[in-house]
Amino acid sequence: MELDPILLSRIQFAFVVSFHAIFPVFTIGLASFIALLEGLSFKTGDPIWERLSKFWIKVFAVVFGMGVVSGIVMAFQFGTNWSNFSQATANFLGPVLSYEVITAFFLEAAFLGVLLFGRDKVPKGVHLFAACMVALGTFISSFWILSANSWMQTPAGIEFVNGVVYVTSWSEAIFNPSFYYRFAHMALASFLTGGFVVAGVSAWYLLRGREVEANRKALSMCLWMLMVAAPLQLFVGDLHGLNTMEHQPAKVAAMEGNWETSTGVPLLLFALPDQANQTNRFEIGIPKLASLILTHEWDGEVPGLDVVPVDEQPPVAWVFWSFRVMVGLGMLMIFFALAGLVLRKGGKYARSRWFLQGLRFMSITPFIAVLAGWFVTEIGRSPWLLYGLIDYQAGITPSLTGGMALFTLIGYVLVYALVFTAGVYYLMRLLYAGLESEESDHPDDAHDRAKRPFSAAHVPFEVDPKEVERLSRISPLDGGR
Amino acid sequence: MELFDLALIWALIIGFGVIMYVLMDGFDLGVGILFPFAPSEEARDVMMNSVAPVWDGNETWLILGGAGLLAAFPLVYTVFLPALYIGVFLMLAGLIFRGVAFEFRFKARSSRYLWNWAFAGGSLLAAFAQGAVVGAYIQGFNVENGVYVGGALDWLTPFSILTGLGLVAGYALLGSTWLIMKSEGYIQEWAYRITPPLLFSVLTVFAMVSLWTPFVDITVFERWFDKIHVIWVLPVLSLLCAWKIFSAVSKRKEGMPFVATMGLFIFTYLGLIASRWPYVVPPNYTLWDASSAYGSQLFLLLGLLFVIPVVLMYTAWTYWVFRGKVKAGEGYH
Ligand code: HDD
Ligand code: HEM
Ligand code: HEM
Repeated sequence: MELDPILLSRIQFAFVVSFHAIFPVFTIGLASFIALLEGLSFKTGDPIWERLSKFWIKVFAVVFGMGVVSGIVMAFQFGTNWSNFSQATANFLGPVLSYEVITAFFLEAAFLGVLLFGRDKVPKGVHLFAACMVALGTFISSFWILSANSWMQTPAGIEFVNGVVYVTSWSEAIFNPSFYYRFAHMALASFLTGGFVVAGVSAWYLLRGREVEANRKALSMCLWMLMVAAPLQLFVGDLHGLNTMEHQPAKVAAMEGNWETSTGVPLLLFALPDQANQTNRFEIGIPKLASLILTHEWDGEVPGLDVVPVDEQPPVAWVFWSFRVMVGLGMLMIFFALAGLVLRKGGKYARSRWFLQGLRFMSITPFIAVLAGWFVTEIGRSPWLLYGLIDYQAGITPSLTGGMALFTLIGYVLVYALVFTAGVYYLMRLLYAGLESEESDHPDDAHDRAKRPFSAAHVPFEVDPKEVERLSRISPLDGGR
Repeated sequence: MELFDLALIWALIIGFGVIMYVLMDGFDLGVGILFPFAPSEEARDVMMNSVAPVWDGNETWLILGGAGLLAAFPLVYTVFLPALYIGVFLMLAGLIFRGVAFEFRFKARSSRYLWNWAFAGGSLLAAFAQGAVVGAYIQGFNVENGVYVGGALDWLTPFSILTGLGLVAGYALLGSTWLIMKSEGYIQEWAYRITPPLLFSVLTVFAMVSLWTPFVDITVFERWFDKIHVIWVLPVLSLLCAWKIFSAVSKRKEGMPFVATMGLFIFTYLGLIASRWPYVVPPNYTLWDASSAYGSQLFLLLGLLFVIPVVLMYTAWTYWVFRGKVKAGEGYH
């Protein structure tokens, strides 16, 4: 069997970038939450904020560490597997990615150290400043990387001469047509991720009656934020889709599962797209709703997949279903955010069992929604690397053989599987220990004070079976009061 | 029409970035390479604590190297990475294992020895792969029309294996002199003891590489033995640094061995650049051939001039916050 280097490189890129993406999307939201906690602690002096902050910094350190090692891989992926693409787009992507390094990565790396380990070494105000700088760094980082990605989706501000990109306007290229929407959508996604994880973990502690006061405060803060962010995400996502319809109509057609450009198009809730026959099987839909959403008219015309030649169509089923997963989870998030508001009266949100159990489950949904969203975006632009200008064939590394690509793909899968298992195991350990672990610290333990990301976490690596037993025996107080 | 020779300015900046990376990540990789030979488990704790505060920032210079090459000399980026495809993967795998080993080792009880090995093995692999890249660069690349056309393992030759070993020894030397500076007691004494043999092996490999290099490529031979004689000052300065390391260790000086080792690296590095200048993708492409568009180089340069000084300032500040000796059984507080 012939190994196809293009297909393998696509799988490899999707794998490493998806793996990388789950860490930043969490740390961006969490960094802002920590900066807020530090700020509250600085202002009010109430020790509860510092305890919460210390706990979440430990979690942050673990996730950030994994984000860094997987990110270093990303910096080299373009060159190893897509060298022709890199050569063609270097005039724009090179400076943009370099700006990310000098304005964001150095900032994060330096102030992270002070945030994690400098609490006793620098004045309180400087420590707060470091927390703010780390949070700022995560946003600067997403600014540049999303500008790069958006520009690949909707290229602007360039001329394309002999297969090479030359920038004619930096502002048009950086602030390209899909950038604002993608940045807003991604920033909200990060807040939703941070928010639902903190809410889910706090809910779990409340169910077990652990540290009730602190965890209720954290949950309450999250619910206020989610109440704004979740509905806003629907609004921003809608605008994002309208913008996509203008610039990448085939992608929207795939999202809607719409094969023919027509008017009064239904919104499909379920369908099995059949690419070979260019049609859907088993459609269930709400009449005319897609037209209404996309054109704001019952009989508006919606583009179908026939706007592009068949061989330029993206794989429809992937896009169609990923989109439904993302939006479905988004609706669920809105439901929980509103439920939190309703339960606010009399503080029921911190006692209602079904609500707290539901929040526990919700803490993994943002990760799924984020990956699904990226699948829509990235698979939906297939077969283009630089939309309309450079396709996979033109972008691949010429000297790359299928065997080489397969070798590294298997290598990355193995390495990441090991690292991920260890990391998740360690995070679970950290969550089991909870806020209380702060008190059971051994102040004379040398190892715990070294300035290493993970060593901000004062918990031994192996789960101690006895301790797990002890924790699971703590009877969940009824209603968590 | 173009006011400045930006390609030249960029070559200086990238050159600066590379040596920053080599010196800074060099000593923390070196500490990893020395890890299995440490006199005690307690010494390993001290060794790790001494680099833990800074390794993340040090590695960011590597990312800047990658992104900066893409921005200023895309041809280098798009020839080196495909040509070194397997080597780059090995280096990244090494860096990943080493990065997480840092984090997990102190949390481990029964499995601690595994993370010891991951830390040492990852550091060794990354250092060797980087050294082999240097060898591959001196050899030159099989490029047609700006595209790499060679095979997957062309870079792996006896010569590049030798340069790989050379860098392993060099990083280990940076690591041992760093430890002299940051530790005390029997750990420092151990670091003093291993420094001269390390220096000796570095010099042996460097001598072999220097003798071999001119024969790997005729242009390198001519560069050194034809007309230009000023560049001979570089190996002389390198040797002076080596002697300085030796005498400083004998006199039990604490900071000087590390400083002199950095000097040894800098002059050897300049010698390497002198061998191939101005070819950045040997044997055919100069830095001017490899450049990106003038406007792109200018756009990034303007930002860099403002931002890099700030970066250097706050990086220096973090080194200052975590200054001083790392004591056994104490770590940073
Ligand atoms: C700056 C550029 C950039 C950024 C920020 C992202 N991607 Fe991407 N992605 C690409 C640049 C790219 C690409 C280079 O254009 C790829 C590689 C090969 C390809 O198919 O397009 C791609 C492909 C690609 C594919 C496969 C598409 C296909 O083969 O049909 C998936 C599933 C993802 N990406 C997922 C992601 C995720 C989860 C990201 C979250 C961080 C992400 N991408 C960010
Ligand atoms: C192809 C795309 C990408 C590349 C090449 C890339 C590259 C990198 C690199 C090299 C690092 C490590 C930096 C360090 O050492 O501190 C990193 C970390 C990071 N990246 Fe990415 N990245 C990509 C996608 C993204 C996306 C889509 C986002 C978010 C919107 C993002 C946000 C971050 C953040 C916030 C960090 C800091 C580390 C962390 O929080 O885990 N990156 N990235
Ligand atoms: C609630 C309704 C939502 C709508 C209508 C919506 C809409 C969209 C659309 C149309 C795209 C594709 C844009 C393009 O590629 O051109 C997209 C992408 C994306 N979505 Fe959503 N979305 C919603 C909810 C969510 C939620 C809850 C999350 C995560 C927490 C999320 C995360 C993402 C991500 C990460 C992407 C890829 C990056 C991007 O293109 O912005 N979305 N969304």
